Amino acid sequence: MKILVGVKRVVDYAVKIRVKPDRSGVVTEGVQHSMNPFDEIALEEAVKLKEKKIATEVIAFSLGGPKSSEVLRTALAKGADKAIHVQVSDDEAAKLESFHVAKALQKIVEHEKFDAVFLGKQAIDDDSSQTAPMLAGLLDWPQALYASKVEDGGSGHMKVTREIDGGLDTIKVKVPFVLSADLRLNEPRYATLPNIMKAKKKPLKAIPIKDLGIDITPQTETIEVTEPPVRQAGGFVEDVSALVAKLKEKGFVKA
Amino acid sequence: MLLRNIVTRGLQLRNFSYCLNPAVGLDTDARDVLTAANEFAKKEMYPKMAEWDKKGELPMDVLKKAGDMGFGAMYCNGAFGGSDLTRLQASVIFEQLSMGCVSTAAYISIHNMCAWMVDTFGSEELKGTLIPEMAKFEKLGSYCLTEPDAGSDAASIRTTATKKGDYYVVNGSKAFISGAGTSDYYFVMMKLDGGEPGAKGIICLMIPKDTEGFSFGKKEDKLGWNSQPTRILTFEDVKVPVKNQIGKDGFGFKIAMEGLNGGRVNIASCSLGAAQRSLDLAIEHLKYRKQFGKTLSEFQYNQFKLAELATKLITSRLIVRAAAEQLENNDPEKVAMCAMAKLHATDNCFEVVNGALQMFGGYGFLKDYPIQQYLRDIRVHQILEGTNEMMRLLIGRDLLTKEIFWKS
Repeated sequence: MKILVGVKRVVDYAVKIRVKPDRSGVVTEGVQHSMNPFDEIALEEAVKLKEKKIATEVIAFSLGGPKSSEVLRTALAKGADKAIHVQVSDDEAAKLESFHVAKALQKIVEHEKFDAVFLGKQAIDDDSSQTAPMLAGLLDWPQALYASKVEDGGSGHMKVTREIDGGLDTIKVKVPFVLSADLRLNEPRYATLPNIMKAKKKPLKAIPIKDLGIDITPQTETIEVTEPPVRQAGGFVEDVSALVAKLKEKGFVKA
Repeated sequence: MLLRNIVTRGLQLRNFSYCLNPAVGLDTDARDVLTAANEFAKKEMYPKMAEWDKKGELPMDVLKKAGDMGFGAMYCNGAFGGSDLTRLQASVIFEQLSMGCVSTAAYISIHNMCAWMVDTFGSEELKGTLIPEMAKFEKLGSYCLTEPDAGSDAASIRTTATKKGDYYVVNGSKAFISGAGTSDYYFVMMKLDGGEPGAKGIICLMIPKDTEGFSFGKKEDKLGWNSQPTRILTFEDVKVPVKNQIGKDGFGFKIAMEGLNGGRVNIASCSLGAAQRSLDLAIEHLKYRKQFGKTLSEFQYNQFKLAELATKLITSRLIVRAAAEQLENNDPEKVAMCAMAKLHATDNCFEVVNGALQMFGGYGFLKDYPIQQYLRDIRVHQILEGTNEMMRLLIGRDLLTKEIFWKS
């Protein structure tokens, strides 16, 4: 099984997000970035399947600006065999939508023949959660979304467990398929020094977006990005009856 | 209104491009190892540093994990299991690890210094057996030079080896040995019986832990560096095979000193990490803590003090990294440079941590907060790997014995 893993460069989870003064988006310049944590989990699962000899090759994919090569290098250090960087400019990257990413993944899958695509269940920057289902639709492959356990299902199938409200949902999907990784699927490994060094010798292929022939014209327009409203300070009331009167006045209890 | 806008904008700008970010000025490779070490320090070390301090034992499980990361023989040859890093990259790693726990990071640095001594001066046989185990932290190393009566005057050591055929008989004792009792391999400097007097008569032997006649004193009770045991070693007619000798006869002192050049850069790097983390904590605290109706960060005294401490940290980092590069390039000035880096960084970073502690007020003195541990842990960096007084002596001697730049 040859697995393609999507990894996105996002603002690091520990960074306090700031809105740009012109409200066109959030500040990304000079801010610590890292691989989307859910993508890291997807990658770890693919690498684990390779170690179990279920997968034969793991290839990392990223669609993004020049610095996306950083997360691809991390992916190579954490066990991917090769990496593909579909290049756009930083300005274009800021306006990319899940649909564009799904389209680019589709092109790569059709071109290089993969048996599975592993993605994070969502990216922590835009929280769209759409790339995996869109890709499954475009490829007309079965999907196993929000996976919390992945096992060999026998005879060309994979058994995937998903955490749902009522308990666990176990499904069997036919290979080839699209998978999205949930938080508790695994705990990603560290990039070790020898692997960081070895990663430098692994192939990282750069493909300009125009070579894929995809239209990345935005379909949505961001009108304004604002900080969440600051919580207002409360006030004091004299006694219980004043409190009840206030609650009635505000409509929190029936008059 | 305009002024207000400028001020708000200024505050926003301050949030990115943090001048104290340890990645500033590093190339991609060094940034990659920094990220890896930072992740390790954050997840595996920092949450446990107070516990290790209390317990007073080396955290073997985390050392094993550090071995898997490739932190056991960082600047040793890849052929025997080393990680093939440069001294600068290793310094960057020690700095990160020390943010997680100074004492454990410092022990890791001593272990690395021992592995490097084998890698550089050891026989092929010793390299082949010791380095793969040390790289993985399956076996730990200790550096043994100081004796109860020989500290700064290291050439006056009295532990002696007498050659008898294919083995040496060793007698004497070593003091302040980091890792003692837990370590497996002890790299011991001693006088060769019948050899030349002074520094030229010193050899280096690797003595394994369970050798007959080799015993340990009680665990020392220390101000800091508590996650690693410190003990006195005693050798009574200890038989050590000649093949355990590192380097030739008379080279022991050279090996010990060359090891220490790197050791000084490493220990100074550990001070950097403590200073960085303390300043980061202090900045968070200053912005949060309110007195007299405003945050401590609004008091100009604190702003000025913070600026002074940050400048001390940056100058320390610059000199440490410059020394690491000179060491890597084997520049002839490296001895003085490593001494200057150790003197400057360990003195200044202690002041940085002390200043950060002061900003925390009474809270800084509580063991619930990590700053007091950073302070206790880095205090000894001004004493060991050659005291800072000996660093001054080395630098002064170097200045007065070399050709000056522009002669009159």
